[in-house]
Amino acid sequence: MTAQSPKQAKSKNALVSVKHLTRDFDVSPPWLNRVLEGKKKAILQAVSDVSFEVAKNSVYALVGESGSGKSTIGKIVVGLLRPTSGTVEVGGVDLTHETDKTRIEETRVGIQMIFQDPYASLNPRWKVKDIIEEPVAARGRDVTGLAEKLLEQVGLSAADISKFPHEFSGGQRQRICIARALAAEPKLIVCDEPTSALDVSVQAQVLNLMSDLREEFGLTYLFISHDLTIVQHMADTIGVLYLGRLIEEAPRNELFDNPRHPYTQMLLEAAPKLDGFGREVEPPKGEIPDPINPPSGCAYHPRCPIAVERCKNERPEMKQRDKARVACFLAK
Amino acid sequence: MAKTVKKPVLSVKNLSVEIPTRQGILTPVDQLSFDIEQGKILGVVGESGAGKSMTGNAVIGLLDPPAHISGGEIRLKGKRIDNLEREALRKVRGKEIGMVFQDPLTSLNPLLPIGEQLTETILEHLPVNKNEAQERAIAALEEVGIPAAAQRINSYPHEFSGGMRQRVVIALALCAEPSLVIADEPTTALDVSVQAQIIALLKRLCRERGTAIMLITHDMGVIAETADEVAVMYAGRLAELGPVRNVLTSPTHPYTQGLMASTPLAAKGKKRLSQIPGAMPRLTDLPFGCAFHPRCPIAKDKCRSDPAPTIEAGGGKAACWYVNGEKS
Ligand SMILES: Nc1ncnc2c1ncn2[C@@H]1O[C@H](COP(=O)(O)OP(=O)(O)OP(=O)(O)O)[C@@H](O)[C@H]1O
Ligand SMILES: Nc1ncnc2c1ncn2[C@@H]1O[C@H](COP(=O)(O)OP(=O)(O)OP(=O)(O)O)[C@@H](O)[C@H]1O
Ligand SMILES: [Mg+2]
Ligand SMILES: [Mg+2]
Repeated sequence: MTAQSPKQAKSKNALVSVKHLTRDFDVSPPWLNRVLEGKKKAILQAVSDVSFEVAKNSVYALVGESGSGKSTIGKIVVGLLRPTSGTVEVGGVDLTHETDKTRIEETRVGIQMIFQDPYASLNPRWKVKDIIEEPVAARGRDVTGLAEKLLEQVGLSAADISKFPHEFSGGQRQRICIARALAAEPKLIVCDEPTSALDVSVQAQVLNLMSDLREEFGLTYLFISHDLTIVQHMADTIGVLYLGRLIEEAPRNELFDNPRHPYTQMLLEAAPKLDGFGREVEPPKGEIPDPINPPSGCAYHPRCPIAVERCKNERPEMKQRDKARVACFLAK
Repeated sequence: MAKTVKKPVLSVKNLSVEIPTRQGILTPVDQLSFDIEQGKILGVVGESGAGKSMTGNAVIGLLDPPAHISGGEIRLKGKRIDNLEREALRKVRGKEIGMVFQDPLTSLNPLLPIGEQLTETILEHLPVNKNEAQERAIAALEEVGIPAAAQRINSYPHEFSGGMRQRVVIALALCAEPSLVIADEPTTALDVSVQAQIIALLKRLCRERGTAIMLITHDMGVIAETADEVAVMYAGRLAELGPVRNVLTSPTHPYTQGLMASTPLAAKGKKRLSQIPGAMPRLTDLPFGCAFHPRCPIAKDKCRSDPAPTIEAGGGKAACWYVNGEKS
C-alpha cells in the first residue's frame, strides 16, 4: 500500500471523519477445495485506504459503479460492518477504537440508515406504528404520539399508523423508512440508493422530502448513489470511488464543471443526457476489472486514455488540487 | 444499405392485453397503437407497472398465461402475427424478431457454450451449412465487440462479465438477421460505462442493418440519445407518442410534462424538484375516465367520467381531453 496521505488535521465542522478505511472480504473457496484442488486463498479488498470528511449539515455523496465499495463504506459508518483497518469518527467519537460502551451506543443511535429497497427493509407483519416506534421504545423512551407526528412530517397521514407495509406504494414505504430513521432523532443519515427502486415522479417526492428534513432538523447525509443526476441535485460534496479507492473528491459544481480524474471525466461523458439528442459518444474502453486481482498501481490504468508507465507501478495518492482532491499523477 | 420504405416493420393497432384474476379482469395494455419503421428506434417509457414489458411480450408472443391478447392486431412487415399458431410464431420469433432482456441469463442456456447457441440459431433460420454457421457466429461475436471471438466461442455464459454477456445476447438476437429487435431494459443492470457501450452498439447495428428496434426503458436520458420516436405509457395506455425531441422538450400530455419536470436534470440548480402528487394507480383500482386525472393539474369533470381520446398534438399524438387547450 502506498496511498497513505499525510495525517490531515480534522477540520472543525466535520461530523464524520473517515481515515484510511480498508475492508477486506475473504472470498476464498471452501477449505476442502483449497486442500484437494490446490486452490488459493482469495481476498477481495472492497474498500481500500479511503479517507474523507463530511461537514455538519451537508450532503456528501459517494458515487461509483457497481462494486466500487459504496455500500460497504455506508455499512461501516453505521456500524453494520467492521473495518479491517482505519478509523471512523462521528461527532468526535472514534467508533472503531472507543472503549466506552455507552458513548458508542449514544453515537450509534444518532446514525441511521435508509436502504435502497423499501420493501425488504420493513417487517411485513408489523404495523407502521410499531415499525416506527420500536427502535425508540426499545431504549425505554416515551413514544406517545411519536409515530403519528412523524408520519405527518414525512407526508403520510396519522391515520396510517395501524396499516401494514403492503398497503403502501414504494414511495410511501420509503417515507415510512425515513420516519423510522427520524424517530431516533439522528444527526447523520446514511442513504444507500434511497430512490433507485422508485419511479421518477415518486423519486422527486422523496428527494424533496429529504431536502426539507435536512433543513428542518439540521441533518447530515452520507448519500450513496450511482446516479449522477441525483447526486448533482442533492450533494454539496462528491467523492468518486473506483474499485474500492477514492479517486476524486470535489465540491459539486467543481466536480461537474471541471472533473480532473480521467475516470470521473469518463463517467460524466458516458452518462446519458436528457438533451443528448443524436449524441454520438465514443464509448468508454473496457470494463471494471476483477476486484480480487485488481490492476497494479492506479487501478484505472488499463482503461485510462492518458496512462503512463508510472501509473502501472505506483498507486497515486489523493492530492489537493485547487478545491478538489485527486488521485492521479497526471491530473491538473 | 437499407432503403427507407414507407411501410412500417412493426405495426400495432389497438392492442389490448387482459389478465383474468380473482379481482376481475385486469387490462395491463389498453388499446395501444404504434408503428416502427425500418432502421428506426422507438423508445417505450413509463413508470414501473405501466405495461411496457407486457406490450413487448405481446408482440413477440411470449405472454405468460393467463395474460393474453384480447383485442387489436400486430403486423410484422404487413403480415399478422398476433393470431399465429405456436410453431409458426416460434419461427417468426427467432428469424424475424430478436430479443434482448434486462437479465442476459434469461436468453442464454447456462449449459451450452455460447458458440453452440449461436450456430444453433443460425442453422435453424438461415440456409447455411455447419461451417458457415460457425463462421457467422464468430463474425457476430466480433461485431458486438467480444475480444478474441474465435477463442471465446467455447466459453460458457458464466465465464463472461455482465456487460459481455449482454453483448453475446445481442449477437444472438441479431444472428438470424431479424427485421425487428425488442430490447426490454437492456442496460438497466449495467454500469454507466458499459451501458454507453451497449447503447452505441445497438445504434450502430440499427443504422447499418436497418433493423427496427423497440427499446423499453425507464431512463429518459437513454431515450433522448437513442430513440427516434418515443411512446409514453401510463397505466396500460398510451399517454403520448411523438418524435423524441418534441416529446422530451415540449411534451403535450400533462403526465409527460410532469415527468420531464420531475427529473433532477430539469431542476437546474433549484432547491426543490417539481413533483407529481401521488403514484400511478394499480390495475386493480384504476380510476374512472382518464387514469391520470387524480394526479393531473388540469383535470376537469370530463376527465373524471370519460377516457381521453387519442388526438393529434405536438407533431405526434396524445391521450388527453385538453391537450390542445380548452375546446377539444
Ligand atoms: N459480504 C461480502 N463478501 C464478499 N464480498 C463482498 C461482500 N460485500 C461486498 N463484497 C464485494 O465488495 C465489493 C464492494 O461491494 P459494495 O456492495 O460495497 O459495492 P457498491 O458500490 O455498493 O455496489 P452497487 O452499486 O452494486 O450496490 C464488491 O466487489 C462486492 O462483491
Ligand atoms: N400475472 C399477473 N397478474 C396480475 N397482474 C399482473 C400479472 N403480471 C403482470 N401484471 C401487472 O401488469 C402490469 C404491467 O406490467 P409490466 O411488467 O408490463 O410493467 P412494466 O411497465 O414493464 O414495469 P417495469 O418498469 O417495472 O418493468 C403491472 O401493473 C403488473 O402488476
Ligand atoms: Mg451498493
Ligand atoms: Mg418491465
